[in-house]
Amino acid sequence: MSRLRPLTRALLGAWRFLRRDKKALVGSIILLVLLVVATFPSWFAHDNPAAEIYTPGAGLSWHHLLGTTSFGQDVYSQLIYGARQSVFIALIVGAFCTVVSVAVGITAAYSGGLIDDTLSLVTDVVLVIPTFPLIIVITAYVKSASFWLLVAVLVFTGWSYGARQLRVQALSLRNRDYLLAARARGESSWYVITVELIPPMTSLIVANFLSAALYAVLAASALQFIGLGNINTESWGTMLYWAENNEALQTGLPLWALAPGLAIALLGSALALLNYAFDEVANPALRPVSVKKMKKRMRKLGASA
Amino acid sequence: MSGPILQVRDLMVEYATPTGPAQAVHGVNLDLAQGEFLAIVGESGCGKSTLLFAIAQLLTYPASVVGGSITFNGVDLQSLKEEELRQYRWRDISVVMQSAMNALNPTLSVGAQLADACRAHTDWDDKRVAQRSEEVLSMVSIDKVHLKSYPFQLSGGMRQRAMIAMALLLEPKLVIMDEPTSALDVVAQRSLMRQVEALRKELGFSVLFVTHDMSVVSHFSDRLAVMYAGEVVELDTTREVFDHPQHPYSQGLMDAFPSLLGDARALTGIPGTPPALVNPPPGCLFAARCTHVMDVCRELRPELITKGTRAVRCHLVNPPERS
Amino acid sequence: MSDAVLHVHDLSRYFRVGGLRSHGQLHALDDVSFEVAAGEIVALVGESGSGKSTIARVLAGLYEPTHGTITFEGEALKGRMSRKVRGRMPMVFQDPFGSINPVLRVGHSLLRSLKLHRPELDREGRQREAVALVERVGLTPGEEALRRYPHQLSGGQRQRLGFAQALASNPSLILADEPVSMLDVSIRIGLLNVMKTLRDHEGVSLLYITHDLASARYVANRMIVLYAGRIAEEGLTDEVIRNPQHPYTQLLMSTAPDPRLPLADIEGERDLGEPPKVIDPGPGCRFAPRCPLAMDVCRTTTPTMVTLSATHRAACFAVKAT
Repeated sequence: MSRLRPLTRALLGAWRFLRRDKKALVGSIILLVLLVVATFPSWFAHDNPAAEIYTPGAGLSWHHLLGTTSFGQDVYSQLIYGARQSVFIALIVGAFCTVVSVAVGITAAYSGGLIDDTLSLVTDVVLVIPTFPLIIVITAYVKSASFWLLVAVLVFTGWSYGARQLRVQALSLRNRDYLLAARARGESSWYVITVELIPPMTSLIVANFLSAALYAVLAASALQFIGLGNINTESWGTMLYWAENNEALQTGLPLWALAPGLAIALLGSALALLNYAFDEVANPALRPVSVKKMKKRMRKLGASA
Repeated sequence: MSGPILQVRDLMVEYATPTGPAQAVHGVNLDLAQGEFLAIVGESGCGKSTLLFAIAQLLTYPASVVGGSITFNGVDLQSLKEEELRQYRWRDISVVMQSAMNALNPTLSVGAQLADACRAHTDWDDKRVAQRSEEVLSMVSIDKVHLKSYPFQLSGGMRQRAMIAMALLLEPKLVIMDEPTSALDVVAQRSLMRQVEALRKELGFSVLFVTHDMSVVSHFSDRLAVMYAGEVVELDTTREVFDHPQHPYSQGLMDAFPSLLGDARALTGIPGTPPALVNPPPGCLFAARCTHVMDVCRELRPELITKGTRAVRCHLVNPPERS
Repeated sequence: MSDAVLHVHDLSRYFRVGGLRSHGQLHALDDVSFEVAAGEIVALVGESGSGKSTIARVLAGLYEPTHGTITFEGEALKGRMSRKVRGRMPMVFQDPFGSINPVLRVGHSLLRSLKLHRPELDREGRQREAVALVERVGLTPGEEALRRYPHQLSGGQRQRLGFAQALASNPSLILADEPVSMLDVSIRIGLLNVMKTLRDHEGVSLLYITHDLASARYVANRMIVLYAGRIAEEGLTDEVIRNPQHPYTQLLMSTAPDPRLPLADIEGERDLGEPPKVIDPGPGCRFAPRCPLAMDVCRTTTPTMVTLSATHRAACFAVKAT
């Protein structure tokens, strides 16, 4: 029972944080909605997104909220079912990137010496590799990229930035007395890293996760758009691919291209908003001071004298 | 040169907190004569630094002055706009901060920062700026070769002396110092205080010095004010406060210093903690920790009553009138 | 010698300085030897750069000595310090705001220490012991104190917690690295009294590292004065305070502020020097550049300890043995 208390505390803290910061609130609501849609698409769309059984090129109607594609598929269903790939790739790549960044960055900072030099070198090299050309080369080589290959490629190119950031912050915390105190009382290195070093870095780690997820959304969509994803799966990126290939904008089916584009932008914005909000938590200097609010408070103080 | 150079009357400073305004400075009255050294002593959180920043017009949100006046040479500083205040900053009033490492720009050389300060407040040409920079450095016994040094290349004591040099650039009438010795070792502390003393005698500026460690100023300040929970509780010449403290808090403070050569007896310090500044209790703010507390102390806030050179805020010393 | 809790012999610690190619060695400690007996407080006095913090960290097992030996409770310490030794010789840190993890409850590290060093206690036993420990250092009520977060405690309370933490592992010697320097002067006495109680009622020895002579005098049985990595003078507190022999000790005595005494005006007041950074030094006394009594021999030969009494020694050529 006492194990649950830190969890409920964390949740309450998160709730208070979200309520205070409008950016975070908007971002998390959008993300939550998209997550629900991605997990339970059948609640929102009843048509089979791949079935080419409807009138091709139909306009908006109650049956087809966003019209149909030139193959006769329901655009709305595609959008709903396509959410799964896009949202999950963002979250999965984000998670793996974070795990690798944390492992590499913190090990480098904590160990110092040769290990730090080696890991930093590796990080810097990977960081400098031009990401997009590399992704294109890899996926083009492998003809049709499966979901997991896409994840692997994105994680490989995405972890290094976070690793650098986390290493720097871990370095600044490393010589705080409470870490030395833990070592002095005989704790193992593993304990010091996981219990004493990582928890104060939580906000930076979360911010890293969000920016990695954002990177994944945009990079994955771009790859699918140019046809390097599996074009037979449902995702927003592949919708864009098919729409583009069939000249949707020119043939009077603009929603086929616009809907997935806007959806990608929506997911990206949600992640970006949350990212900004977490940056402010991690660095109070970024918090906005509204001049109007300030003057209002000072006037209130004057009244109490 | 007649009259006090600085007059603080009934100053009230509050901090905005989530639970309400905290009264950091509550009704402080001070007079500082030309060339006088006034030390303000108290624990952390007693409001002494807030008082100092209020006088230097450096308070920012969430702190603000909500009452009282600060008059410098007859001019009400609160009424001035920022552009008008700039005329006074550094030329008449300068500030020496607590930690030179935080106050000096680590990416600029000492000379560049001195020049910066000069140019911000005067229209001197480069030659005059360089000349004055060398002058102030030699005043604090720093070789002029250090004009090119960066702050991290100087030792702690030298950095602090560089801060003082910077404060004296424009020959101010008042130098405000916020615990400038707390980051220094004993020997460096003593030499810094001696330096300040010698400069004060030579140039005639007034000093307002804030510290939590009375022994630092014991041989240098003319008068000593003891602050507690935002109020001045005792004020007199330094020697008098040390030899005959009247307020129980001052007495407790005196007792908190282990002596180096005196008799080695057990000391107890002052048990308890200062009161909350948000919605403070109605009576004397020291009542909860006072060994001489009486009933009236919990109900009535004592006034600061002046007799001769001594001002004390205590019902024990100045029993309230019976109606 | 055999019943000393801690015996340090010729301890040296150097740090490599400069860039990748440089071989410069910063001599933080050079040939330091001293003892701490059971049930006594020994004050290690010095300014910044004297090496006092380095000694603390070497003894706490955070650095390994470059030369020299450390014998603790009869056993020579070699290589990585064992958990048992860390428990018997814990450290209290200087910074009340940095020495406790801000995101964990205050009781956490205390309970961890008990788990690591008192395996005979079960969960309830640990909880009870933790409460007893914090109450012993004056944080009452103990249960409530343990549940707080660090930002809810004052600086003085946090330092008391540091001592409770040190007591948790059943120590014979506590390394106190400037435990009161960052506290307000009026709060220091409380902590100094805690230290005295630990010595008088619990029989724990303390190595009290400080730059403040007056507080050293208040608590310590013996004093060791450090300058630039070497011991300048050591002896019983009264001996060093009333009859300082080394010119550096005399300088410290004259500059230590005691408000009850009139301001003394002696030569040493002109002194603006600071302890040097000692990089690849040659022989010779390190205080010579600032010393009013410096002679030629001081610059060429490193002074050895001169015995002044059974307990009082100073490393200075100007001092005559008695």
